[in-house]
Amino acid sequence: MALSLKKHPMPEQAPEVRAHNFNEVALGYDEETAVAEAERCLHCKIPQCRKGCPVEVNIPEFIAKIKERDFDGAIAKIKESSSLPAVCGRVCPQENQCEKYCVLGNKGESVAIGRLERFAADREMAQNKEVKPIDYAPDAQKVAIIGAGPAGLSAAGDLARRGYRVTIFEALHTAGGVLSYGIPEFRLPKDAIVKKEIANLEKMGVKIEVNSVIGQLYTIDELMEEEGFDAVFVGTGAGLPHFMNIPGENLNGVYSANEFLTRCNLMKAYRFPDYATPIRVGKKVAVVGGGNVAMDGARTALRLGAEHVYIVYRRGEEELPARKEEVHHAKEEGIDFQLLNNPVEILGDDKGWVRALKCIRMELGEPDASGRRSPVAIKGSEFELEVDTVVMAIGQGPNPIVASTTPGMDTNKRGNIIADETGATTKPGVFAGGDIVTGAATVILAMGAGKKAAAAIDEYLKKKRG
Amino acid sequence: MFKVLKKDELSPGVFRFDVEAPRLAKKTRPGQFIILRVNEEGERIPLTVADFDREKGIITIIFQAVGASTQLLSELNEGDSILDFVGPLGKPSEVEPGLGTVVMIGGGIGVAPVYPIARGMHEAGNKVISIMGARSKDILIMEPEMKAVSDEVIITTDDGSYGIKGFVTTALQQLVDRGEKIDVVYAIGPVVMMKSVVEATRPYKLKTIVSLNPIMVDGTGMCGGCRVQVGDETKFACVDGPEFDGHLVDFAGLRERQGMYREMEAEEKDHVCRIGLGR
Repeated sequence: MALSLKKHPMPEQAPEVRAHNFNEVALGYDEETAVAEAERCLHCKIPQCRKGCPVEVNIPEFIAKIKERDFDGAIAKIKESSSLPAVCGRVCPQENQCEKYCVLGNKGESVAIGRLERFAADREMAQNKEVKPIDYAPDAQKVAIIGAGPAGLSAAGDLARRGYRVTIFEALHTAGGVLSYGIPEFRLPKDAIVKKEIANLEKMGVKIEVNSVIGQLYTIDELMEEEGFDAVFVGTGAGLPHFMNIPGENLNGVYSANEFLTRCNLMKAYRFPDYATPIRVGKKVAVVGGGNVAMDGARTALRLGAEHVYIVYRRGEEELPARKEEVHHAKEEGIDFQLLNNPVEILGDDKGWVRALKCIRMELGEPDASGRRSPVAIKGSEFELEVDTVVMAIGQGPNPIVASTTPGMDTNKRGNIIADETGATTKPGVFAGGDIVTGAATVILAMGAGKKAAAAIDEYLKKKRG
Repeated sequence: MFKVLKKDELSPGVFRFDVEAPRLAKKTRPGQFIILRVNEEGERIPLTVADFDREKGIITIIFQAVGASTQLLSELNEGDSILDFVGPLGKPSEVEPGLGTVVMIGGGIGVAPVYPIARGMHEAGNKVISIMGARSKDILIMEPEMKAVSDEVIITTDDGSYGIKGFVTTALQQLVDRGEKIDVVYAIGPVVMMKSVVEATRPYKLKTIVSLNPIMVDGTGMCGGCRVQVGDETKFACVDGPEFDGHLVDFAGLRERQGMYREMEAEEKDHVCRIGLGR
């Protein structure tokens, strides 16, 4: 059989339909498609794909299991390394990771590793299998995890499997971190996927305490000295929204992407008034930024009923930091990309509401520190984009609440916690990983950091118990 | 789940709940707030703590049933539970001995958050003069509690039905006129009231602290919805506040932002729930 150079296409909702609903865009492979896609894998003697995976999933073996129609075996193989396969299969930037290294990619398209991972995970989830609770030793050591996002969940899963009693403290009323408040329903369904993955961790024996703001309710010192935790992992993420510091940002109708997405995803404002949290979207929306969060914001605005949605980004198409697939989906749905434009001011009406976004045109100059050509303003090219709503999606910084209440745990000048490659911070027994250490990055990198820290915590606690 | 142990209607539409929340009660200090969510469909509602009892593990909240969410909260009875109750949030008030004479001004239900700060100030040995303002006598709340923690209590009503006829600023001016040496003023209440207190103290360069309650979602600095202009900086009321130097606060901007969802709230009030849960 001739080897296809192309991946089996992902079945999707049609753009004109999905732009008006919050249901998942990508529908997933069926069994036949999954097996056919798995058959594209060459099973290289020295597989390259694995080195692209931050959690080192045994990719060739799980794909081989799918090929053999041993779907239970496939998911079991994935779960040896990944705590949240249904999530990763959806939101990992595979094109920069596993699939980037697939040798098929040299001539055509790589194996659709992400889609196969999702297939295996979804198939298992649909079966509602029982999760076996962990049989803890009576003297099992206790680990506190701060933040129930990807880093914390991944660390929790690994630590529980190693026999530690794990309690996750989550500030919000729902676990999941960015998986719950940030990534929209249409990319990552909450009830069907996120809640189930988290419930499985709980069934395994991980305790999750929501509504618990560490730094306020308990300090890390109190957790270790009074609450009996032997080690702590901090995975509090990048929770502090950045603004541009341009005039007009405090007008009504200006949101941080965090607020816009949290209202919609976590608080379910898209179902207002059945859900009590409101959101104002207006007719015309400008989302400032070019990353995945900006794409999520723009596509959310469209689904909330906006008639016209702009992405305003100061660099060009090539420099967009968002995944190609997200940009492609956004364009299909009709998002208007205003590239090489930079906002300079938000203009308001006499009642304090946004009426326009004033931008200046940019051109690309010399490459900057990130290697991307840096944008330079073209003098006198200012223009007004008439909008009712502006969503600022230009990045997030570290939330300072935990660090500022933890003496001995050092941060860098940006406020990120300083940790070595194992996740160890400058405070003994305290580890950190994910966006709180690296600055805003991806779900899978945070999961990888959680996994590494879990291994380091295991080593630390082994020594501690002697 | 957080149980409502005691419920009182202090004046029409104004409720006092004692909520069972031992972990929070242990940690809460004057000036801090909590966020609650009544049920799965509910909004996250920020409320400044009106009292806390560390031994009994109780947090007291006082609120006015104004919108759909506070209306729903007010329909809970003793023994019912609140789904989510998180805190303490925000920075505590700077309560310490040796501040001197502190004037504690509470307008309307703003008296509620003033109370624990006044109590702290009193326990720390400061001279506490409290000014309580209300539209009329029948909606004045917490008079006995405030009297117990103040060296002097002055009451003002808009209609003159009790105490001095006028506003809290009328009483404040009288204090200044009688030569009272004031070191710090706290003003908590409606935005217009806080703004007028700030304007009244500005000429005398009297340090004036206000506590702000803008719209917020998470209360931990994540959404930035509660941003407010303070001097030449944008601050997040949830983590940088809720208390700020009143002379630096942009009250006009604060008021505009508080009205961001006014139209939608009106729509919500008339809404009949289609999923039949909770309301």
